[in-house]
Amino acid sequence: MKAVVWQGVNRMRVETVPDPEILRPTDAIVRVSATAICGSDLHLMDGYVPSMVHGDILGHEFMGEVVEVGPEVRRVKVGDRVIVPFPISCGVCWYCKQGLTSLCDNSNPNPALAETMWGHAPAGIYGYSHITGGYAGGQAQFARTVFADANLYTVPDDLTDEQVLFLTDVLPTGYMAAENCQIEGGDVVAIFGAGPVGLFGVASAFVLGAERVISIDRFPERLEMARAYGAETINYEEENVFERLKELTGGRGPDSVMDAVGLEAQAHGLLGVADAVKQTTRVLETERPHALRAAIMACRKGGTVSVPGVYGGLADKIPLGAFMNKGLTLKTGQTHVHRYLDTLLGHIQHGRIDPTRIITHRLSLEDAPHGYHIFKHKHDGCIKCILDPWADHSTHQPSPPRP
Amino acid sequence: MTTHDQARRDSPQNSSPADRLLFGGLAVGLIALSVRQRGSVGVFLGAGGALLLAGAAMGEGLGPALTHVRRTEDDHIRVQKAITIGMSADDLYSFWRHLENLPRFMQHLDSVTTQDGDGRRSHWVARAPAGTHVAWDAEITADEPGRRIAWRSLAGATVPNEGEVEFRPAPQGRGTELHVSLTYRPPGGSLGATVARLLGEDPEMQVAQDLRRLKRVLEVGHEPTTEGQSSARKGPAKAEAKMYDNRRTS
Ligand SMILES: [Zn+2]
Ligand SMILES: [Zn+2]
Repeated sequence: MKAVVWQGVNRMRVETVPDPEILRPTDAIVRVSATAICGSDLHLMDGYVPSMVHGDILGHEFMGEVVEVGPEVRRVKVGDRVIVPFPISCGVCWYCKQGLTSLCDNSNPNPALAETMWGHAPAGIYGYSHITGGYAGGQAQFARTVFADANLYTVPDDLTDEQVLFLTDVLPTGYMAAENCQIEGGDVVAIFGAGPVGLFGVASAFVLGAERVISIDRFPERLEMARAYGAETINYEEENVFERLKELTGGRGPDSVMDAVGLEAQAHGLLGVADAVKQTTRVLETERPHALRAAIMACRKGGTVSVPGVYGGLADKIPLGAFMNKGLTLKTGQTHVHRYLDTLLGHIQHGRIDPTRIITHRLSLEDAPHGYHIFKHKHDGCIKCILDPWADHSTHQPSPPRP
Repeated sequence: MTTHDQARRDSPQNSSPADRLLFGGLAVGLIALSVRQRGSVGVFLGAGGALLLAGAAMGEGLGPALTHVRRTEDDHIRVQKAITIGMSADDLYSFWRHLENLPRFMQHLDSVTTQDGDGRRSHWVARAPAGTHVAWDAEITADEPGRRIAWRSLAGATVPNEGEVEFRPAPQGRGTELHVSLTYRPPGGSLGATVARLLGEDPEMQVAQDLRRLKRVLEVGHEPTTEGQSSARKGPAKAEAKMYDNRRTS
C-alpha cells in the first residue's frame, strides 16, 4: 500500500510499504477513505517531538471502512464505516472508564520512554512518534487499529466523510479546549491561534455559552474564517494583543484564554529569539511557549487558561508570578476524544457546527508532501488539508478498492 | 521489618565530585555534538547529554543512574515497586498465590512448580543467557489471603533471594495496589554477573516491566504491541526503532 512516511526532519515521502496485518486478537484493519494533516504533524515533521524514527508512517486523523477484524472483536463488523479517534483507549483501565481516554494506562506499548520524559505515560496515539507508542498512522491506504471495540466509532451513512472526519481529533480538541475554558454565560473567551483547533474552539465556545470570542492570529484568511464562525479578531502583527484585549474587555481581560498554538509559536522580541535559538538544540529548550506566556498575561484575574496546543518537553520563562498572583486556573490535556463523539455528532447533524468549512485543500495521498509544505508555511491560504488515499495522483479520481 | 524501614536503611548512592565533573563534561560534549547533528540522532545525543547533565548536577553517579541497582548496607540487592491494578485484592491474591502464574508476567522466569499439597514449597526455573537456566527451591513464609504473600529461597540456591507482595485496596474504585519487594543476596565477588543472569542488567526496570505486564495481562488480556506493523524501515533502520521500543533510552 501507499503511505506517508517520515524520513527525517522536514522530509516527508510517499512510499510503498507492506499492508498492515492483524497482530492482536482485538485489532481491526481499516481501509482508509479519508485522512487529514494536523498541526501536530508539523511538530513531528519538524523533529520537535522526540522519538520519531525514519520510516514511521504518520497520520492520526483518519476514517474508513473496516475490512478485517481479529477473532476477539465483537462489536465492530467488517463493512462498518468508522472514524478512528487519535488517542487509543483500552476501554477497561480506570482512566478509560472515567472517560479520560487520552490518559489510558494500557495502550502505549512503549511507556518507559514517556515515563522518563513526563513522569507517567499517557495513551498510545496513532502516527505520533515512539513516545506515544510508535503506532503506524493512518495517512495510508490501510491502517491497523487496536482495541477496535473500545475505539472505532461507527458514523451514520447520511453524513459525508468530510462532515465526520474531524471528529477524530481537531473538532473534539477544539471542543474540549472550550470546555476547559470553564465558560459561564456572558463570558468573553480569547483564543490564540486560528488554525483548525482554534477555529473549532471558536465554534465550541459559542455552543458552550460564550457571549464573545476573540480570535488572535496573523494570517488574514484564518482571521476571516474565525469571523465567519462569529469571532472578533486581532492580527498580532498589526496590533498589540495585550492592549487590544484589555480594551475589548473593559480593562478586565478575557475570562478565559486558550493557547491553540503550542510549541512552535511565532514570537518577536528578545524572548522569541532566545526561544528559537534554544529550541534548535532540542535540549536547552524544546518549546517556543510564546502563546502560553501571552495567554497567562492577558487572562483576567481569577480566569482560566486552557491549553490544547501541543507541548513536548521543557519551556523557559513561563510567567509563574502572573499565574499565581492573578489566581489563574490552568486546564490542559490531549483530547479525550471518545467522550465527546455523541455530543459532537449531534451538533453536526443539527447544523450547529459545520466542520467542513475549514477545509481549504483536498489532495491525493501522493500530494501529501506538498500538503505538509503549504500547511506549514500557510501558502495558498491553506488552513486544513485532507487527503484521499485512493485518488490517482494526476486525476484525483478515486481508484477501485483492493480486491 | 516493614518495607519502609528497609528503604531507610539503603545505603546512599551519591557520586563523588570527580564523578560529577567527569559526567558533567561528557554531558556538555554530547549536547554540543547534538547541536551539530540533524534529525533523530541529534535529538538522541542531546537527550542523553541532558540526562547526564541532570545526573551530574543532582549528584547521582553514572553507575547507579544507568543500572538503578540499589544495595542495602549488607550489600544485598533490593528492588521495590508498586502498581495499581483494576481488580479486587482477593482476585489478585488468588492469581499470585497460584505461583504457576508468575512466569506469565515475570519475563526471566521459565516456570514455577508447586511441590506439595498446600503449595508452600515450590521449584523455580529462571532463564539465563545463552539458553542456560538457573533453578532453586523456595518456600512460602507468610500467607495472608487477600493481603500478603512472602517467600524465600531454600538452602542451596545459587542466588539466595526472598520476596514479598502486599495487596492493598486502592481508593475510589481504582482497584488494588500491589507492593512488591525483592531481595537478592549474591555470593561475594560475583554479584554483578550472577544477578544479571537472573534479572537482566537492570533489576528495577525488569520488575517494573513485569508488573506492567501483569497489569496489562489482567486488565486487557494481552500486552499491546507494534512488533510486526508496517513501516518504511529496512535493515539497520529497524534497530533504531527497536532502541526506542525496547525502552533503552534512559
Ligand atoms: Zn492532531
Ligand atoms: Zn485504558
